[in-house]
Amino acid sequence: MKPKWKISPYLYILPALIILVAFRLLPIVMSFVISFYDWSISGTGRFIGLENYVTMFRDPIFWQSMMNTFWLVIIQVPATIVLSLLFAVLLNRIKYVKSFFRIIYFMPYVTSLVAVSIVWKLIFNEQTGLANTFLGYVGISPQKWLAEASGIFYLMFNSIGIELPKFMHGPSQALFAIIILTVWKSLGYNTIIYLAGLQNISKVYYEAAEIDGASKSKQFWHVTVPLISPTTFYVLIMTTIVSFQTFAQVYLMTDKGGPRNTTKLVVYYIYEKGFDMLEMGYASAVALALFILILALTVFQKRVEKHVNY
Amino acid sequence: MDKLRSIITYALLIIFGLTMVVPFIWMLSTSLMTQSEFNKQDTLFIPKEEFHVWNHGDDSQRILVVMDKGETSIVHTLDKDLNIIDEYKEVPTSEIELLRKKPSLHWDNYVKAFTKVPFGLYFANTLYVSFASLIGVLITSMLAAYAFGRMEFKGRDFLFYLFLSMMMVPQPIYMISSYILLDKLNWLDTYNALIVPWLANIFTIFLFRQHFKSLPKELFDAASIDGCSTFGMLWRIIMPLSKPIIATASIFSLITSWNSFMWPLVMVNRPELRVLQVGLSYFNQEASTQTTLLMAASTFSILPVLLLFFFAQKQIIASTAKAGMKD
Repeated sequence: MKPKWKISPYLYILPALIILVAFRLLPIVMSFVISFYDWSISGTGRFIGLENYVTMFRDPIFWQSMMNTFWLVIIQVPATIVLSLLFAVLLNRIKYVKSFFRIIYFMPYVTSLVAVSIVWKLIFNEQTGLANTFLGYVGISPQKWLAEASGIFYLMFNSIGIELPKFMHGPSQALFAIIILTVWKSLGYNTIIYLAGLQNISKVYYEAAEIDGASKSKQFWHVTVPLISPTTFYVLIMTTIVSFQTFAQVYLMTDKGGPRNTTKLVVYYIYEKGFDMLEMGYASAVALALFILILALTVFQKRVEKHVNY
Repeated sequence: MDKLRSIITYALLIIFGLTMVVPFIWMLSTSLMTQSEFNKQDTLFIPKEEFHVWNHGDDSQRILVVMDKGETSIVHTLDKDLNIIDEYKEVPTSEIELLRKKPSLHWDNYVKAFTKVPFGLYFANTLYVSFASLIGVLITSMLAAYAFGRMEFKGRDFLFYLFLSMMMVPQPIYMISSYILLDKLNWLDTYNALIVPWLANIFTIFLFRQHFKSLPKELFDAASIDGCSTFGMLWRIIMPLSKPIIATASIFSLITSWNSFMWPLVMVNRPELRVLQVGLSYFNQEASTQTTLLMAASTFSILPVLLLFFFAQKQIIASTAKAGMKD
């Protein structure tokens, strides 16, 4: 007997479909709807049209959380790309103990954010932390790290006697500490991805460059960098999406996004509004704004990729 | 020149490698110190205990220095169990000696941390939730990927792209509405909230589909001639040929559920239902001054995943490398 092709494919998909429609698609649509409601914890909400969005645009803490998130992304993403490409290039050069280094670099990626946030919170402790101990070795005075609300660029330039204008102060040192941890955690993953990309570049290009007399650094800039660009775009897009979602670090390492809201990232703000203050409609509006931002950035990055792809 | 280059390369790799592991080493060494050792700060990585003894005659007695007055010092003398025998005794300072015990590892921190809050229960909850969702994910993904990868039907591409686009929506976006949904289902504060929404995983469906598509058509034709049913092919042909990919997907699924934090934090309030990560985050608030216990708890909470990683690092690293390769 011939198998019944007509219904059976749908039956195979059905279990996954039910779960994904009920617990993915439905909540995503609901999130959009709820953003037009005044929705406190239980019971039904009250339709208020665009009011949540109007409140959001006038909410200074929302803008600050966006600004903080912007700093995080704008520093973390390039730092991750540069460092993981550097790691990968170095790893690609060596013959021995390569897999040992790969394991070491990958370790932070598989460990839980909760545990590493707790460890790094203590590393950044002003009195007993490792960060200040190491700064002490190179003759830099102890920093307040997670308790410091002043901008990182301001602090750096101030220490050499230059006063920066306010808009150039940068993210707070507390947020910078979170950025350091987040880069540290994601480096290994991206290094492995870059390493695979490097191994995919045919040796022919390097041999040709060698014959033309190109130095090693010329080869890096004119062969490696262009040919690795598809990987770079992958890392760029994934790291951007992930860093917009940073939450656990803020929850575990700071006192509710302090000092002075300088570490309040937008996902933490969604959590705080939704589950601490129980303004779920408003929190959904912020979530939707974040979603549109991520979507727009991803589409933009894809567009750019099409233009520069080799 | 080449030799110099390779020395520099290795040197840099070692420096970077140290940056990667020093936080772990520090966590481990702190977890084995006493709190006073940690607070004193003169022992950075190697836990070792310091104490004073009073040498008088042939006798050497353990003491606690209260005040150093120059010529003489005020001390408490202690017995073997460190109970005070004589209070505020005045002894010549020259007879006091500072001793350092050889590295003493306080494994009892682990016992203390483990029993201070019910970490055993948190481990059990996490294992239950992780494995229950793993089984669900494997079943739903196998079935769906079989249809997507090896069957022709109307709306297949539409459904597949719908799945893929849902995967692109970050979790925090639908966290609030999921909470409301689970509240309406009366599932908040139950295992259902932690398991059921995660019984299907789009990434795993995608992974399986790629693999199923790559299997040779002849196998299926031959089985069909032998009278094998559609489901039979999944069971008898695909399953045996998919063991490595099932293993890889399982490892990733387990690591993800073991480490998931925001979802269980929000959806469950009852202490009996806490998973490990949430339990650890509450412990972080409650025991914030007990650094050594906190580090011990962090260590044992990452240990299972680290063991799984060391055990399966080849597969994990190989499939991560593949993720960046677009076909």
